[in-house]
Amino acid sequence: MADPGRKRACIVGIGETKYGRDKGAAHTNLGLQLEASIKAISDAGLTRRDIDGVMPFQGLANAEEIVANLGCDKVRFAATVAMGGASPVGSLALAADVLAAGRANAILIPAGWAAFSGPRTRELVLDPARLPGGVIANDYYFPHGYTAPMQWYAVMAQRHMYEFGTKREHLGAVAVAMRKHAQLNPNAVMRGRPMTMADYLASPMLADPYKMLDCCIETDGAAAFVVTTEERARDLGKPIVRVEAAAAAQPHPADEITNRKNIFETGLGRAAPEAFGRAGVRHADLDFAMIYDCFTFELIHQIEELGLCKRGEGGPFVEGGRIELGGELPINTHGGLLSEAHVVGMNHVVEAVRQLRGDCGARQVANAELGVVTGWGDFGDGSVAILARG
Amino acid sequence: MASLTAVGADEIGSKGTGDEFYAWCARGELRLRRCNACREWCHVPRVTCPDCASTDWTWEPVKGTGRLYTWTVVHRAMHPAFMGDVPYAVVVVELDEGPRIVSGMVDCPIEALEMEMPVEVVFERSDRWGDRVLPRFRRTAGGPSGKAKGAR
Repeated sequence: MADPGRKRACIVGIGETKYGRDKGAAHTNLGLQLEASIKAISDAGLTRRDIDGVMPFQGLANAEEIVANLGCDKVRFAATVAMGGASPVGSLALAADVLAAGRANAILIPAGWAAFSGPRTRELVLDPARLPGGVIANDYYFPHGYTAPMQWYAVMAQRHMYEFGTKREHLGAVAVAMRKHAQLNPNAVMRGRPMTMADYLASPMLADPYKMLDCCIETDGAAAFVVTTEERARDLGKPIVRVEAAAAAQPHPADEITNRKNIFETGLGRAAPEAFGRAGVRHADLDFAMIYDCFTFELIHQIEELGLCKRGEGGPFVEGGRIELGGELPINTHGGLLSEAHVVGMNHVVEAVRQLRGDCGARQVANAELGVVTGWGDFGDGSVAILARG
Repeated sequence: MASLTAVGADEIGSKGTGDEFYAWCARGELRLRRCNACREWCHVPRVTCPDCASTDWTWEPVKGTGRLYTWTVVHRAMHPAFMGDVPYAVVVVELDEGPRIVSGMVDCPIEALEMEMPVEVVFERSDRWGDRVLPRFRRTAGGPSGKAKGAR
């Protein structure tokens, strides 16, 4: 290990609500997160009074109301990492440091939303003040109809296709793989709705090159996990899932997506070498990857940024079933944001823990011992955690 | 949590440097911020120079020519203000001076979009998001070739 003396954190509890798309549901962001939190605390074998840290997702529920509802009366650490979809893994990275510093003993990280029955994701960004660099989006993006994540990221995908020959079928291979995995996941919203490459190619164009089936789904649901010290984790009697290293970074500039010296630069490109270096593991050692798949190209892009292949080679990387179960590196065995549910990447962390515990049933990666989880948010913020069975 | 409702047109006025940028556009000039200390161009305009942190800068005219760096064609608007415009292209133009600028095309069918195509600025009034004169781009007539393809 690169830093054997360092205290490592462990994920000891996971919880998820049912993921769904029911227009008549009466879910609230808070209610969903409380349900997931209670499950995660119970799964850890802890009680609410053991939780002394909480790190909620920005804008979906605040620490005070979560803590008050759960009856956690010993909280001494509360913080929110503001990196959009990179926040859950970014929070895990910060939580590991906070635990190592002794500022808390057991940290709850919840997130979730009623993104189908409540305000839809596409409506959440109508107010550019909510965006990173909100004034920039208001003044220079929105007047030209450049108003949504699908469109912001589409221009990167388009340039990648031009510079590196990334093909439509590469994007499709990601969508098809995610859907295939979802068929093995009872909680996946797209279970029972298999999809072929022909289905993918026939789906309507929304923001070229993104078709409808390149896009994540809007769903109701929440997930939570509990992080504690390795010492404490060993007392709890659960299989150990250790955070070997975790890191987060922003691209430069982080508030404007078209003017980076290299348009493909992301936060993950800097966070990944840091995390792999500190963990002292090689890419070839990974048994699986859970990659934030808000859109198909973003998964391909992050394969490159993680260092799994060179920049420009992410398209060929996803060919031939390599990222599917049974392939060389299974990615998003739960179906991801594209086919399980959009739980802002929380579900990627939960699935990684399940794989390392050996609890994935029909979609279990044989002898899974080491995996990586990423987060992608806002205009290219990145986070990454390397998790190992203890 | 911020408002989840659409922002009304009366709330759209810039809180940054946008009003100055668009005031030049209204006069038919594309000007970018240029640092007087290190002479770097900056778009989007910022308070300090990202290259040297100087606050000494000028709104300096650019040639208004560049190449089509990338784009997306929007077939389904994600904001109600643009629903009547689909399909429309959002383009990123790399200006000859270096900075890239988000814009849209004028007099260019979407099938004619080509990477590295030479383009030049035109000014067009739009009320889709506030009421402003926007810098838009058109294909450079008989202009120099882009890297990928000859001029059309």
